[in-house]
Amino acid sequence: MKRIINQRPGMVGKCILGLLPFVIIGLVYFYFSNERLAINPNDKLMPSFQSFVNTISYMAFEPNKRTGEYLLWADTAASLQRLGLGVAISALIGLVVGIMIGIIPLVRAGIAPVITIISLVPPLAILPILFIIFGLGELSKVMLIVLGITPFLIRDVQLRVMALPNEIIIKAQTLGANSWQLILRVVLPQVLPKLIDAVRLSLGSAWLFLIAAEAISSTEGLGYRIFLVRRYMSMDIILPYVVWITLLAFLMDFLLRRLSQRVFPWHSADQGEGK
Amino acid sequence: MNDIKIKNLWKEYGDNIVLENINLDVKAGEFVTLVGASGCGKTTFLKMLLGTEQPTRGELLLNGKPIANEPGADRGIVFQKYSVFSHLNVVENVMLGEEFKESPILGRCFGKKRQAIRERAVALLEKVGLGHALTKYPSELSGGMQQRLAIAQALIKQPQILLLDEPFGALDPGIRSDMHELILDIWRETNITIFMITHDLSEGFSLGTQLLVFDKQRLDPDQPNRYGASITYDIPVGRSRKTPMTDIQDKTQQALQND
Repeated sequence: MKRIINQRPGMVGKCILGLLPFVIIGLVYFYFSNERLAINPNDKLMPSFQSFVNTISYMAFEPNKRTGEYLLWADTAASLQRLGLGVAISALIGLVVGIMIGIIPLVRAGIAPVITIISLVPPLAILPILFIIFGLGELSKVMLIVLGITPFLIRDVQLRVMALPNEIIIKAQTLGANSWQLILRVVLPQVLPKLIDAVRLSLGSAWLFLIAAEAISSTEGLGYRIFLVRRYMSMDIILPYVVWITLLAFLMDFLLRRLSQRVFPWHSADQGEGK
Repeated sequence: MNDIKIKNLWKEYGDNIVLENINLDVKAGEFVTLVGASGCGKTTFLKMLLGTEQPTRGELLLNGKPIANEPGADRGIVFQKYSVFSHLNVVENVMLGEEFKESPILGRCFGKKRQAIRERAVALLEKVGLGHALTKYPSELSGGMQQRLAIAQALIKQPQILLLDEPFGALDPGIRSDMHELILDIWRETNITIFMITHDLSEGFSLGTQLLVFDKQRLDPDQPNRYGASITYDIPVGRSRKTPMTDIQDKTQQALQND
């Protein structure tokens, strides 16, 4: 018998072990759900499997009586648009400012302290300010995401740029590169895959800010729906929405990772060397 | 000619004196090898030639003019590691230097221009023995091949001076001797001045035409940083630019003519 630290699961074993917790959570849920429903058939806290199916088909596949929209898809589209816009703007700002701070000492001396301070401001604390300045429309929600994750992205890109081996910066200069060419052909391509990694890490916060903004002021969106139906204790809507958001977050992370592997094949090899 | 003249050169970091009173003449086309214990200022000396460090006092002249105070295209460099760009494949790595020159805004060439640069790069890569690996990424190359690539990459700019900072230090002995042949071939074909740091004294003797030994002449045991290192030996090692073969041919021809 090998020591337990040396026992490794095979492919099938890995799958079974990985799925096991989900199965257990599901079983535990439905056991207690049944128990509660047996006592009180109108219990709203732990709906049965059947009521989940009913709600999902109602939210996803039947047009809403008042608006004619398919609510789940309308909510998803609204939320993803806000999230995508916010994350894209943040990534762009993070990339440009991060590279400038990382590679140009004069810019670093000028801007880095401000960025540090801004990154310490809790974004939710200035949400009211955003509502006052940008109104209650889309802009303020996108701005909250931007303000929330951009400082992190800037600082991450900056650190990645500064962590580039000095040798390659010097080498590029001996090949005759001016500052702009060096940024465009060496720093930018080296940092892009790392920006994707940073965006993947920041997606969690982006969702947090999105749902917070939607909860406070919105007429559609995944976060709006959850907080709306909370008044009716509609766990049969809230729980599937939470699962759906989690799935979306997982998918985004997965797609970004695949994108990075596809577009920057040299990057994963770089990391494999354990530099 | 691209002679290098160094007069009274000092390098200090605050109280820490690294190099003191360096005087040196290097003629264009020499193969200078630098040896010495670690921490005795060889790399600092190379960095001053490269332009990433400036002398505290004294003069460092290339063609009678002070050497530029930042790295430039007239001085190529090969480091022990990280000398090539991991995001570009082999041929792109070599093309990059020319693309910088031809395309100031994008740093990237297209069409005929690109094709011409590519041909030059491929020719260079074939010379250093990488003709079979043009589209590989550096991470797919062995250490020796990466250094070959780094050399080709520096050579496309046709620098006056090639600086080598322990370029073969991390390589296996067999591969290292192949690399010696390569660098000697290149040195013979081009009129390039080479400065090479090495830890291996025999490498310093067998490759160079001028061997510099860096050492501290004075040592204060209580204050090891009080005195800096200087060049304690400047030995002409006496290898000519010619191979021994052509050397013998020339001599026999001369002898015949004298008869």
